[in-house]
Amino acid sequence: MSEEKIRVLVAKPGLDGHDRGAKVIARALRDAGMEVIYTGLRQTPEMIVEAALQEDVDVIGLSILSGAHMALVPRVLELLRAEGLADVLVLIGGIIPDDDVPALLELGISGVFGPGTNTDDIVRHITATLGARQ
Amino acid sequence: MSRIETLVNGVLDGDRRALARLITRIENRAPDAPAALAALFPHTGRAYIVGITGAPGTGKSTVVNALARTLRAQDRTVGIVAVDPTSPFSGGAVLGDRIRMTDLAGDRGVFIRSMANRGSLGGLAAATGDVVRALDAAGFDVVLIETVGAGQSEVDIARTAYTTIVVDAPGLGDDVQAIKAGILEIADILVVNKADRPGAENTVRALRATLELGHRLRSAGHHGPLLDQDDAPPEPALDLWDVPILKTVATERSGLDELAGAIERHRAYLSESGLYEERARQRVQAELATRLREELLARLLDERSPAAVAGVIERILARQLDPGSAVRELLNGT
Repeated sequence: MSEEKIRVLVAKPGLDGHDRGAKVIARALRDAGMEVIYTGLRQTPEMIVEAALQEDVDVIGLSILSGAHMALVPRVLELLRAEGLADVLVLIGGIIPDDDVPALLELGISGVFGPGTNTDDIVRHITATLGARQ
Repeated sequence: MSRIETLVNGVLDGDRRALARLITRIENRAPDAPAALAALFPHTGRAYIVGITGAPGTGKSTVVNALARTLRAQDRTVGIVAVDPTSPFSGGAVLGDRIRMTDLAGDRGVFIRSMANRGSLGGLAAATGDVVRALDAAGFDVVLIETVGAGQSEVDIARTAYTTIVVDAPGLGDDVQAIKAGILEIADILVVNKADRPGAENTVRALRATLELGHRLRSAGHHGPLLDQDDAPPEPALDLWDVPILKTVATERSGLDELAGAIERHRAYLSESGLYEERARQRVQAELATRLREELLARLLDERSPAAVAGVIERILARQLDPGSAVRELLNGT
C-alpha cells in the first residue's frame, strides 16, 4: 500500500516584505493533494537548500519580488548541485521581467510563473514534469 | 548493493540526504521500507525521545526551536519531527512548523523533518514512530517530536516519547480548558509559554489546581490499555513523579535551561524508579498489538474475495446478519 505524495518546498529568498503570493501557491498545491513545506520570509539560499535536503522535496517553488532573482537563483541552483539535489524541480514566481526568463530557463529553472498565473497551470506543470520522469 | 542497502548504510554513516530519502520511503510505506527498518533496528534505542504537544497557538514550534538551541549549547545533536494535519479534502498539507525554526538553519547537528499526519488521528502520523527510529539510528542524541495542535484526546505522543511536555499559554480559556482530562494527564512536564503575557500566573494556578485534583498516584499503565490484563506485569510501579509547571518565553529563550533541566530530571527519575523499562515493555506491547491488528486485517482481506466482503455488508444492511456474526463468518472463511 504505497502512498506517494509530491513534496514541495515553498520559500522566499531575500528581503521581500510580504508573502501573500507564496501562501496562495502553498494553498493551491495543498488543494492539489501535495505536501507543501512552507518556510516563511527572508530565507538565504543556504537555508532553502538545507530545508529541501532534509524534507526530501521533489519541487522547490521560489517566490521573489525584490528583483534579486538573477543573484539568488544561480546560488540556489549551485548549492542544490553541490548537495546532489540537481534532480529537484525549481520553479520561480513573483516579479520576474520577461527579459530574464530565457536566462533563468537556461540556468536550469523548470518554469517561471508571474502574477496572474492560474494556479492550475502550476499544478499541471509539476505533475506533468514529474510524471514524465517515471 | 541494492538501493535500500545504500540508503541504510548512508543513514548509519550520517549522510543527511540518505536519511531524508529513507524517511520518505518510510512515510510512503514503500515496499522496501520494512527491510530498511529491520536493518536499522539494532542501531536504535540510544536517542532520548521527547514529545511536545499542546493546543494550537501555544507556541509549540517556538518551544521546540528554543529547546533545540539549548540542547545544542550542551553539545547534543537533535533530530526534530514536526507533525501537521493533512487536509481531509485534498489529501495535501501545508507544513509550516519550520517557519519558527529558522534559528536552527545551518547547524549540522540538527535535522528537521516535517510530516503530514496523512489522516491519522491521535496527533501523530502512522509512520512517526518509524521515522523517529531512523533519526535514532542516524545517531541523534535527542529526538523532539512536535504533535499537531492537540485538543484533549491526541495522546499518542505519550506512547512514543519518554518524556512528554504539554505546552499551554495564557488567554486560551484556562480555567475551563485546564480541567479537561486527556492531554493534561499525559504531561510529564507542563510549560506555560508566553509567560510575559498577562494572565500567566492564572494559567499556572489553574494548571496546578488541576494537577492537585487529579493527583497523579497513577500506575505506570496510564499510557493506555495494551494487551490482555493477564499479560501485564504483576505490580506496576506507582508513578510518583511530581509534574513541574515551568514558565517560558520561548521567543526570548527564557526558561529554557529550566526546561532542559526538568527533562534531565524526568529521565533520571524514569531510570531510577524502574519505570523506564516498564514503559519500554508497554510500548513494545502496544506497538505489536497495533501492527498485528493492521497486518492481520490486511492479510484477511487479501484472502477473502471483495465480493464476499461486499455480500456481508449487504446482508448487514438488510438486517439479515449482525456485525458481530459477520466478523466471525469472515474469520472462519465460511
